[in-house]
Amino acid sequence: MIQFQYIRASTQKTAIETTAKDATAMFIAGGTNLVDLMKRGITTPQKLVDINNLPLKNIDASTGRIRIGALALNSAVAENKLVLDRQPLLAQALNAGASAQLRNMATVGGNMMQRTRCPYFYDTAMPCNKREPGSGCGALEGFNRMHAIFGFSDKCIAVNPSDMNVALVALDATVHIAGPKGNRTVPFINFHRLPGDLPQKDNNLEKGELITAVEIADNPFNKHVHYLKIRDRASYAFALVSVAAALHLDGNTIKGVRLAMGGVAHKPWRLTEAEKALVGKTVSEGTFRQAAEIAMQGAKGFKYNSFKLKMGPNAIVEALKTAAGIV
Amino acid sequence: MGKELFNPGEKDALDRVDGRQKVTGAAKYSAEYQLPNLAYGVLVSSSIAKGTIKSIDTKAAERAPGVVGVISHVNSIKVPGFADNEHPTEPPTGGRPLRAFYDNRVYFNGQPVAIVVADTLERAQYGASLVKVAYVKEQHTTDFNANTGKAVLPAQAKKNPKSSLNDYDRGQPDGYKTAPVKIEAEYHHPSEMHNPMELQSITAVWEADDKLTVYDKVQGTKPTQRAFATEWKIPVENVKVISKFVGGAFGNGLHNWPHETAAIIAAKQLKRPVKVAITREQMFTMVGYRPQTHQKIGIGATPDGKLVGITHESVGQTSTYEEFTESVLQQTRMMYTSPNLSTRYRLLPLDVSTPIWMRGPGEATGAFALESAMDELAHVLNIDPIEFRLKNYTEKDPDNNLPWSTKYLKECYQMGAERIGWNKRRMQPGTLKEGDWLVGYGMGVGTFGAHRGGATVRAKLHADGRLVMQCAVTDIGPGTGTAMVQIASTTLGIEPSQIVFELGHSDYPMFGNQGGSSTVNSVGSAVQAACNSLKQKLKDLASAKNASLTTADPKNISIKNGQLTITDNSLNVALADFFKQNNLQEMEVTEESKPGQEANKYSKYSFSVHFAEVHVHPKTGQVRVKKVVTGADAGTIISWKTAANQMIGGVTGGIGMALQEDAFMDHRFGRYVTKDFAEYHVPVHADVPHIDVFFVDKPDYIVDPIGTKGLGEIAIIGVAPAIANAIFNATGKRIRELPITADKLI
Ligand SMILES: Cc1cc2nc3c(=O)[nH]c(=O)nc-3n(C[C@H](O)[C@H](O)[C@H](O)COP(=O)(O)OP(=O)(O)OC[C@H]3O[C@@H](n4cnc5c(N)ncnc54)[C@H](O)[C@@H]3O)c2cc1C
Repeated sequence: MIQFQYIRASTQKTAIETTAKDATAMFIAGGTNLVDLMKRGITTPQKLVDINNLPLKNIDASTGRIRIGALALNSAVAENKLVLDRQPLLAQALNAGASAQLRNMATVGGNMMQRTRCPYFYDTAMPCNKREPGSGCGALEGFNRMHAIFGFSDKCIAVNPSDMNVALVALDATVHIAGPKGNRTVPFINFHRLPGDLPQKDNNLEKGELITAVEIADNPFNKHVHYLKIRDRASYAFALVSVAAALHLDGNTIKGVRLAMGGVAHKPWRLTEAEKALVGKTVSEGTFRQAAEIAMQGAKGFKYNSFKLKMGPNAIVEALKTAAGIV
Repeated sequence: MGKELFNPGEKDALDRVDGRQKVTGAAKYSAEYQLPNLAYGVLVSSSIAKGTIKSIDTKAAERAPGVVGVISHVNSIKVPGFADNEHPTEPPTGGRPLRAFYDNRVYFNGQPVAIVVADTLERAQYGASLVKVAYVKEQHTTDFNANTGKAVLPAQAKKNPKSSLNDYDRGQPDGYKTAPVKIEAEYHHPSEMHNPMELQSITAVWEADDKLTVYDKVQGTKPTQRAFATEWKIPVENVKVISKFVGGAFGNGLHNWPHETAAIIAAKQLKRPVKVAITREQMFTMVGYRPQTHQKIGIGATPDGKLVGITHESVGQTSTYEEFTESVLQQTRMMYTSPNLSTRYRLLPLDVSTPIWMRGPGEATGAFALESAMDELAHVLNIDPIEFRLKNYTEKDPDNNLPWSTKYLKECYQMGAERIGWNKRRMQPGTLKEGDWLVGYGMGVGTFGAHRGGATVRAKLHADGRLVMQCAVTDIGPGTGTAMVQIASTTLGIEPSQIVFELGHSDYPMFGNQGGSSTVNSVGSAVQAACNSLKQKLKDLASAKNASLTTADPKNISIKNGQLTITDNSLNVALADFFKQNNLQEMEVTEESKPGQEANKYSKYSFSVHFAEVHVHPKTGQVRVKKVVTGADAGTIISWKTAANQMIGGVTGGIGMALQEDAFMDHRFGRYVTKDFAEYHVPVHADVPHIDVFFVDKPDYIVDPIGTKGLGEIAIIGVAPAIANAIFNATGKRIRELPITADKLI
């Protein structure tokens, strides 16, 4: 680890200013991702701006929405009563991530910003365009078991590893951002990027911008939800494929649906076309299967991950079945 | 038969004697000795798989804060043993172990090429990140699957016609082909990396120019002492090896590795103690692993289930500089009656680091293929897998025609089948369901030679009734001290709390490596001998004063609460008084115990049977191991808690082997990609169900006088096939390539 300066910011303003004007400065929240990356020499900030003292931990519900502060801990969000009542899908997704210890340190903002787990990104002796633009993509013709089947480019086939993000994109969350140029909001679905020619850029946050909160508008998706995560062991592993499914049912009729996948793309992958195909239909395995096939259109596998082309739709069906209570 | 575990009323359910030290952090491991002037070493490792080092730029590292030295082949002091190849490790591998910083050759990706030493660990790490190595690359060969055809008979076999690694035929070669019912199948498992909780570490101190002390994570203090004495050409007694606690070793401490010599070089060159603890990632290339292996089995039987023949071929990987062999095929030779039997063992040297023994070395590999194939054939024959095994049960060893010392495998089958509920198993796969999940049952058998070596124990009886014993043996996790205290307590009557067993120091009396499930057999017998010798001495003293005691049977001597009693002659005296009467401060004996010739007339093995119930989701491929029943015929069970602990640990390792562990190498670089715990999966709690352990607990006095046969290895041998067989029973899918991950089941 290279030597660095450490500052504990006491106001949002100083945190943003310090980070905006210094090219080598970065925010640190729970540190569960950043410190690992620093230890491996993948990320090399010379100044760390600790934001943990900022008043961004609250989870509150006002006029028709839940607002979750960017520093709320993953564990605190997952066990929060408002979240469990109104957005249980989010709680399920959070609990599917990492371990209890990590969830006790990890923050919502940090989780959104966590970097890919591609092994080529992690090994500085290997090529990776995300870590070292121009060095090549190691995974393209290498070990790509964990990699994307949607939205990749020839520069990068890495996936966003977060579980929480999959629920937040399904739930149409909004990201609140404060920056050197003022405040702005971004729909969650536009927060993360596809790799294109700039795989080093995971998302659309600008230098010095601070995530302050995510908001989820109240919705009818609080009864029939399921987050299904398929992984190489029962717990404490990143998703091979995951599905966030939420149904708004009227009897057996689907009035509304939210569907997203994880482990398949550089960003949490919303399945809008499949959602459309489901609205108005009657709950059944066959209907879910049709929607899953629509969802998989355009998917393409690589040497070691083409199983996702089959596991993906199966997972969609199973997640929807569980959400609908027909297992 | 068998006993329930952890029954608090059970006399033998002794707690670990060092349990409190371990869980409170008081136990000191090799990287925890804070010596004055200690420096920290961090290894720089190669990023190519084959070639030479053109240059090493160490300038920036040398200038970095706190760095006291950077050592590589360029400036390393000469290790005296290197030049004339005196660089042994024990037990030996073929070929020559890698010599740290000897020359500019790179043999594998991840090879240590330099060490940066600094006054703190962090500064050493930073310094190491600044070392720039330039290479001249050569074309490497690391792809095992692409090259299995080039595998060869090991040189060790060629040299020694008696070696069991040679081609072996019983009856007609490939006789299985003549069987009316036969199958042929190929099995594969990837390399499995040694990843005990404690990272490999050493603290090296040169007390004088020719006097070395190492606090080292090893499985044998004496073998390590000899190895370093030879390596540095100094008298054996000038080397002290201290290994008081070992946080799991599983075989990787049976070899001395370059990081150890690197620390010793650095300590000598920089004239201060140096500590090296390798990183988790370095564990993948620096301390050995279970080699990936490709096996072929042809197996045939008569329609009513009598085996006609088995042919079992194995190709394992090794490095180019060292030849590591293991006994993959032994279980096949002795487990079942088969008139025709052929085995072929081959090795493929690649540009990789040397594999090493890993729990159930060879046997766990071989059993995966053999026990899977038995299950496959039983299915084709439409015979219950247990019945099939019983039909081919061996009453003597078909490999050498010797009688078994003891064998209670039938009892294991019966006890295990009852406990798992084998009657729920359906013959037809894929027909038992729980909700959407498919349910299956499977079993697998394990065996391992019951070995015993020589061991010496010193025992000192104090006037207050305390007993202190010493032996150079290490405890790599199974609870050696606990078992030895139990044996001494049983032999002498002294309460366990009054007994101390000191281990892990090369100054103590002789024992070799803890390995091969032989420690309790060997050291336990020496403990018993030492305790018996104390009894004899006590009796001799007592009868010198009181002639009526001359006929006393030493068996009837015991010491309890500081009282010495001889029951048949009703002597009952405070030990302190007895010592005073005899002008004794304490009584000390040293006893060696070793196997006699008699044992050679028998074939000696431990046996285990593992049963698994698994649930498989047919659509998502998820596997949940719901229950495991594991049982052993391991002779007398000395220490029930630690013995059960061994079985639970072995089964957990077996679950990892069956379902998760996969060291994947990118052959373009000859470099592992799954080399941390995020990518290289081992079971977490959620993967491990209740493990129901049982023991036959019948003594085998042919193996040793305490009746034990050994337990550590058989705990894992046969677990992976039990799970693979259960998955087949659940799904009808036969997965012959480990690990069985979800993608293989959809
Ligand atoms: C072993 C392991 C297993 C894991 N398994 C999973 C898993 O299964 N599923 C899963 O979803 N996650 C998993 N994780 C990842 C974990 O969720 C993230 O590490 C965590 O959420 C990051 O949060 P943090 O607060 O610690 O972020 P930090 O490490 O502090 O920061 C991460 C990044 O976010 C930036 N940042 C932090 N807060 C803000 C903010 N408010 N505004 C702008 N930028 C900010 C930092 O500058 C940094 O770049 C795992 C992690 C580990 C170590």
